[in-house]
Amino acid sequence: MLEIKNLHATVDGKEILRGIDLTIAPGAVHAVMGPNGSGKSTLAYVLTGREGYDVTEGEVLYEGRNLLEMAPEERAAEGVFLAFQYPVEIPGVPNSTFLREALNAVRRHRGEDTLDAMQFVKLLRAKVKELGVADDMLKRAVNVGFSGGEKKRNEVLQMAILEPKLAILDETDSGLDIDALKTIAEGVNALRSPERSALVITHYQRLLDYIVPDHVHVLARGRIVQSGGKELAQELERSGYAAYVGEAA
Amino acid sequence: MPDSSLTRPFLDSFEASRAALPGAGLDWLASLRETGIARFAERGLPSPRLEAWKYTSLGPLGKVDFAPARPDSISIDHLPTLLPHGQGGHRLVFVDGYFRADLSRVDDLPEGVELGSLAALLTSAPDGLSEHLGRVGAAEAGEQPLLALNTAMMADGFVLRLRRGVCLAAPVEIVFVGATGDGALAYHPRNLIVLEPGSQATILEHHAGIGDGTYLANGGTEVVVGADAALHHYKVQAESDKAFHLSTAQVEVGRNALYDAFLLTTGARLSRNEVTVRLTEAGADCRLNGAYMLRGSQHCDTTTAIHHVAPHTNCREVFKGVVDDTARGVFQGRIVVHKDAQHTNGHQLSKALLLSDRAEVDAKPELEIYADDVKCSHGATTGDLDRAALFYLRSRGIPEVEARHMLIEAFLSETIHAIAAQGICPALMASVGHWLSDARMRRAA
Repeated sequence: MLEIKNLHATVDGKEILRGIDLTIAPGAVHAVMGPNGSGKSTLAYVLTGREGYDVTEGEVLYEGRNLLEMAPEERAAEGVFLAFQYPVEIPGVPNSTFLREALNAVRRHRGEDTLDAMQFVKLLRAKVKELGVADDMLKRAVNVGFSGGEKKRNEVLQMAILEPKLAILDETDSGLDIDALKTIAEGVNALRSPERSALVITHYQRLLDYIVPDHVHVLARGRIVQSGGKELAQELERSGYAAYVGEAA
Repeated sequence: MPDSSLTRPFLDSFEASRAALPGAGLDWLASLRETGIARFAERGLPSPRLEAWKYTSLGPLGKVDFAPARPDSISIDHLPTLLPHGQGGHRLVFVDGYFRADLSRVDDLPEGVELGSLAALLTSAPDGLSEHLGRVGAAEAGEQPLLALNTAMMADGFVLRLRRGVCLAAPVEIVFVGATGDGALAYHPRNLIVLEPGSQATILEHHAGIGDGTYLANGGTEVVVGADAALHHYKVQAESDKAFHLSTAQVEVGRNALYDAFLLTTGARLSRNEVTVRLTEAGADCRLNGAYMLRGSQHCDTTTAIHHVAPHTNCREVFKGVVDDTARGVFQGRIVVHKDAQHTNGHQLSKALLLSDRAEVDAKPELEIYADDVKCSHGATTGDLDRAALFYLRSRGIPEVEARHMLIEAFLSETIHAIAAQGICPALMASVGHWLSDARMRRAA
């Protein structure tokens, strides 16, 4: 599904990623954990093509294709999805309009028929119910005036609608209470299948109690310094990141 | 000293056409015209040497040889209407500045509603016009040579007068069609809107070019909104690419009355909308909002002055611009709080998106406050599209061009949806959509 090879990237001329190697097989859920400033969000943005994140070395293959050459919208249409750590507010664009435009753009790219307003509302209603999203969140402008929890739910709603092949969750657990966390984890788990993969980026182990990963990696100072199974997350919860921060220095 | 090479052709044109102008036998009108042409001759066509014209030059007018427009009966296959069939009520259509009864719909006027062409009314019922025509605009005519020229040259335009307490439910659509001739034409439409106390109306003016000719529309509009009356006055300016659109409006708002205006500009190579609103009695409320979308080398100047003459008056003014290529937007907004106008609120905001490195917006807000107990604010911002929002949309699969258009639409939608007559929003949003789809086609070509 995804092969990251010796990936180096800079932001404002400063090297943040310093040689990342990571392979994600179809159906696998990988967790990347690490202290603040280790490069977790940079990895997410490089994979989704945000401007200002410059790859200086290495490559990323997505389903065998050079991911880094694709525009952000092409990556999305090909099935890469990023649940943002800080979802962006877009005044003036109703959330439901945004969701429909996004789904239809992706469907158009895949050569599928677009959905009209009626068809879309039907699909949306079903997803909204599953994820416990309040109806008025659809009418309001995208993320404007949403609480932290509502914004995260909205990210998962977008994911549920777009049904990506590779979901990247960037600190989706931050700022959530336990009930919201469970709902969101259920949303992610509902998408799990032998064809779909996920990269769960988190600082804390808590989310991984609900989205159980197949592999856990520790990212420190721009490199993966340790990899293991789900038990590695519990170990980190006990011992913290101090050892890794020192080691990578 | 006026630049005579620019001014002379208009003076000559007046001399040549004065005898044929409507209402030639009316003394009061003749003296109005004389005063107008004298003021224009004295001041000349405004130049950037004047503070109020600092950012806008009418120099390009000197390169065109304008002939006065004449009434004609050209057939129009596709009337540029903004209101879907059934939504519009009465409609007046002007072609090259002259009323066309055959294209208009003015039958079945309710009791207490006068709606028609200025030229016709100057012949049939001139007495009803003399009270207001030229009076509202007189306040600052000395400073507004274009309005003075319009007063001298006015040949036609629309008149709407509502008697006390009359509410006109359906919007009145006024369509000004330009650019039908081969040569360059000039016309000076004059409009008069009088809402007597307690009356209400919604007007949608649509200025549209249907050919690609050069023309000059130098409009003048006088508006009186009586006590407890409400006027919703919206204007879409979508003149042809070679047109010059100049417009001067003078508005008087009375006790507890509302003047709710919106100006949407997408057309003309050079345009200037100058609006002066006087809030003359307590409770008068003015909402003067607008949007401009410019591309190529278009120049659009919006110059407004809102006078709080009486205490307890309010105004809210938001103008938003979207400027591409080498186009230039100008916003000059003055709010004047007169000495006795205590307890007034005035808020003004100018926001612009620059879509290219060579696009330009000049914003000049001015607050002049002579009273001490007032709340006034103003602000101006200019910037690019929100890059984080753009990435967010693209990361969901929405192609860049679509994402940019969604953000532009959203930027303007906010202010368009703030108008009081919500039924008109779709017509305004359609004009925005039209500009955007045109941009998409140009990009593809």
